[in-house]
Amino acid sequence: MSRRERPYHPLIELTIARLLEFVREPEAVFWVVVFPLVVALALGIAFRTKGDEPVYVGVLEAAGSAEVTAALTKAPGIQARLVARDRADLALRDGEVQVIVLPGTPPTYRFDPARPESKLARLAVDAALQRAAGRADRFTAGEETIEAVGARYIDWLIPGLLGMNIMGTGMWSIGFSVVWARTRRVLKRLAATPMSRRDYLLAQMLARLVFLGLEVGALLGFAALAFSVPIRGSLWTLSGVVLLGALAFGGLGLLVASRARTIEAASGWMNFSMLPMWVVSGVFFSSAHFPAPMQPFIHALPLTALNDALRAVMLDGATPREVGAEAAILGAWAVVCFSISLRIFRWK
Amino acid sequence: MPLVGAPDTKRAAAVVCRGLQKRYGDVVAVAGLDLEVRAGECFGLLGPNGAGKTTTIEILEGLLKQDAGEVEVLGLRWGTDDRALRQRLGIQLQDTQLQEKLSVEEVVRLFRSFYRRGPSVGDVLRMVELESKRRSWVGKLSGGQKQRLAVACALVNEPDLLFLDEPTTGLDPQSRRQLWSLLDRFRADGGTIVLTTHYMDEAQTLCDRVAIMDQGRIIALGTPRELISSLGAEHAVEFAIDRGAEVSTSLLAQLPGVTDARVDAGTVRLRVTEPHVVIPALLLELERQRLQLSQLATHQATLEDVFVAHTGRHLRDE
Repeated sequence: MSRRERPYHPLIELTIARLLEFVREPEAVFWVVVFPLVVALALGIAFRTKGDEPVYVGVLEAAGSAEVTAALTKAPGIQARLVARDRADLALRDGEVQVIVLPGTPPTYRFDPARPESKLARLAVDAALQRAAGRADRFTAGEETIEAVGARYIDWLIPGLLGMNIMGTGMWSIGFSVVWARTRRVLKRLAATPMSRRDYLLAQMLARLVFLGLEVGALLGFAALAFSVPIRGSLWTLSGVVLLGALAFGGLGLLVASRARTIEAASGWMNFSMLPMWVVSGVFFSSAHFPAPMQPFIHALPLTALNDALRAVMLDGATPREVGAEAAILGAWAVVCFSISLRIFRWK
Repeated sequence: MPLVGAPDTKRAAAVVCRGLQKRYGDVVAVAGLDLEVRAGECFGLLGPNGAGKTTTIEILEGLLKQDAGEVEVLGLRWGTDDRALRQRLGIQLQDTQLQEKLSVEEVVRLFRSFYRRGPSVGDVLRMVELESKRRSWVGKLSGGQKQRLAVACALVNEPDLLFLDEPTTGLDPQSRRQLWSLLDRFRADGGTIVLTTHYMDEAQTLCDRVAIMDQGRIIALGTPRELISSLGAEHAVEFAIDRGAEVSTSLLAQLPGVTDARVDAGTVRLRVTEPHVVIPALLLELERQRLQLSQLATHQATLEDVFVAHTGRHLRDE
């Protein structure tokens, strides 16, 4: 830093101080920024469209099993192999095979109907064996496979991971720094000055926003390059949504850390408040699957609002007006959490 | 540098408190304290750990709320004039930990930004002799440098009143002297200081007046000189007998010029008015009783002796 003799406004000085402290702690930068990014990318890779997966079929060793195996192997998209009688149930349980065929006239299919892939395998096996037994197809249907950009699972997943990242990074970085300053009694020393307490809390949120662009840019840039995930709405709208999301979770982070005396206590409260949102707010699977009575609550959660708004802007090209409701929810979380934090914040 | 504010407060009291009480659960930390600190003086709260010094000073600083009693600081009250009051106070907390990853000047600049008036960052650093450490991270400073930085943060607003809680605890002698001369300069410019310490030499060197505290009360109040002369004897003679043999204190107390005699952990302490009269008499008496000296020392009475006289314990016992 330069030899600045006159300080700026306290809010700016507090923000600068927080930023400097953050970048001078390489470990914090890694865990707060790099690690979540790596996790998001790993998940993105794991959940990207895998292409045409074959169905795996086991044929029980018995009279006629050779013919059945040959018939299945000839059919496209089926991987068949012989399984010993005593190994059959294990292979099914462990997912090595999705369905077991007991040769006979007619053959028997053994499978677990609770597994969707087993039900699919049963249909494929049945069609192949029927055909081998001489059934003629009345027609051959045309096929249209969806690989259109914007309609794949990865396209749906990336905005969710982005939302999850904005939540996690915001809450951890603010929560930890505040509790750290409290345990080392820096907060008490600051409270002994005429510093405005609102300035201090606001500076924590402002400092957070500086890294936001970097973090979001990295994730979206990678998603666009590696998976061609589209951004159909305007970048301004997207930035606005991201900003509101960061403020909402900055506020929530402050609130969760406003009373905690130890890092351990703060971690507990962080996980307690984030876990439900990881599950219900539509990161990996749609929140529409949860029962109707829960829906109003789920939609009031900040992560649900953020994910919905991000998806609407990125995938459907939504305008600011179209994500107004979500924006209002995020704004409300930011303002309410910040105001409560300011009242109940523990300075000693 | 005019450090004391409006002229009307110059002669007035900087701090007044009456009937101050504070308890933590069953523990009474401050048990009805009356105190008046005059503008321009250096006032010391001296006492062992747990005497209630920190609780008292933190109430005066507006960081703790008292259970009962009145506090007035610079003619203002906590709860109504906080912002105005904070602008005029300098505060150093007991073992303050500042932001370790910030440099010295960054910390000073941050603190400076909270105040309307005060010297520049460079001036503050010159005042506390930390210019050469301007760019060093706080975490890399020595104990003495950290403490001077803590005082620097308390001086950024040219305070009228400086509160220091154990400013030199844990410092080496050189760092202590450095800090003392810094505080002397602040005094010379007309500033008022309230400090706590459990070092009697610090209180004796720095303070115009001292309140000796024990168990939440003031047990003696006055200038160091007054307190020491209140003992009625300004010198102390300490000796030990070879192989810890017993010696009658009542007999010793009757020696000419001895005002008090007590035995403490094998050491006999005599309070005396004139050592040159007492020592020959003492040696004669010991010879008569066929006792051999293993150690003999004499010193001027200190505030420690005052504390011992009032409580029968040493300052550093606890």
